[in-house]
Amino acid sequence: MCLAVPGKAVRIIDSKQVEVLVGNIKKIIRTDLLPEIEEGDYLLIHAGYAITKINQKEADEVSRAWEEVQY
Amino acid sequence: MGGSAILKYRDEYRNKDLCQSIIKRITELTKEKVNIMEVCGTHTVSIFRSGLKELLPENINLISGPGCPVCVTPIAAIDHIIALAREKDTIIVTFGDMVNVPGTSSSLKKEKANGADILIIYSPFQVIEIARKYPEKKVILIGIGFETTTPLLASVILEVAERQIDNFYLFSLAKIMPPIMQTLLQKKDAVIDGFLCPGHVSAIIGTKPYEFIPDNYHIPCVIAGFEPGDILIGIYHIIQQNINKKSFVENKYQRVVKKEGNPVALRKMAEVFNEVDSTWRGIGNVKKSGLDLKEKYASMNARNLKVKIEKSREHPDCRCGEVLRGIITPLQCPLFRKICTPENPIGACMVSSEGSCAAYYKYNSV
Repeated sequence: MCLAVPGKAVRIIDSKQVEVLVGNIKKIIRTDLLPEIEEGDYLLIHAGYAITKINQKEADEVSRAWEEVQY
Repeated sequence: MGGSAILKYRDEYRNKDLCQSIIKRITELTKEKVNIMEVCGTHTVSIFRSGLKELLPENINLISGPGCPVCVTPIAAIDHIIALAREKDTIIVTFGDMVNVPGTSSSLKKEKANGADILIIYSPFQVIEIARKYPEKKVILIGIGFETTTPLLASVILEVAERQIDNFYLFSLAKIMPPIMQTLLQKKDAVIDGFLCPGHVSAIIGTKPYEFIPDNYHIPCVIAGFEPGDILIGIYHIIQQNINKKSFVENKYQRVVKKEGNPVALRKMAEVFNEVDSTWRGIGNVKKSGLDLKEKYASMNARNLKVKIEKSREHPDCRCGEVLRGIITPLQCPLFRKICTPENPIGACMVSSEGSCAAYYKYNSV
């Protein structure tokens, strides 16, 4: 039940709602728990709410995680 | 991928080469048996769906803990909700997983067939529209979940209070993760050499609430995401901590989890809920492991509605409790796959898609 998916904020609707793109699907989600969202932010979405921003710098460094387990 | 759209920041962590290289390294490093417990149902499902149990060496023992909120809900609470559903002036609003959970003599699914108003939602926020649409009804949201979901419930409560909606009620089944992890360590029912900590609970609570585990019990805690690559990286670092004989809280889901968690969410939770003692199915009462509404919001508390609840009784052979504590696997339960199936679940662990029994049923052919 803690399932959450990443989505990109594409349109700020008002102070409590933002439109996101999850894959090819557009959805309107609540931002009560994450008030400072800007268009272009990647968000983690759980049951219709943004619960955190995805740190894109960390996320882009998949290779670092990989390197950590190499010799 | 089955033709579905690529999800940035998810699919990179499903990379086959990444996974194989970590498995190879884990295999080389693991000389002795290591027992790793995951305490999140979403981890459980991901482990089974990706086949990690079969891909990892035999001496890595992955144990599913009490990470499925539906599974840990005591049968008495299910019977209480069923009693509320039987009232003529109520609408029960719930996540889908709860509908099939068997109570003592019924389930929400059976009550729905008998005419009860039971609505399944995707987001707790939908309850506000339902309450406005049916002002003559008591609209009761079944508030189930761990810290990932609880802030959503708190937001709904605050929104209801702001909009002065007076026919909304919450039946809180909200639970907190760290106290149950402590209880498992104190009970010592299962040998645990490391915890794979729940990534999305941690997105809310941060890293600090786990620190007592390495500090007091010297057991590694690694926060991990939910893709196969994330989970393998988590397992790898638990093994590394054990080899180095240094236990600490390690955040390997940095793209999502911050040290401080989500302060706005934590503030809303604290504004709405009190920590209370809570009963966990198969485990018993655990101090300060649940959340119920503060006195300020008592008028919204569905537990205050008077209903006649039947005396609860569990199936005598159901061993969900031992499964939840990691003492046995579902395969050791005499009911598993015989009379307890997803179509006819006896225990909650077979109902929820995140339950250990359901995962074993679906993915484990042994």
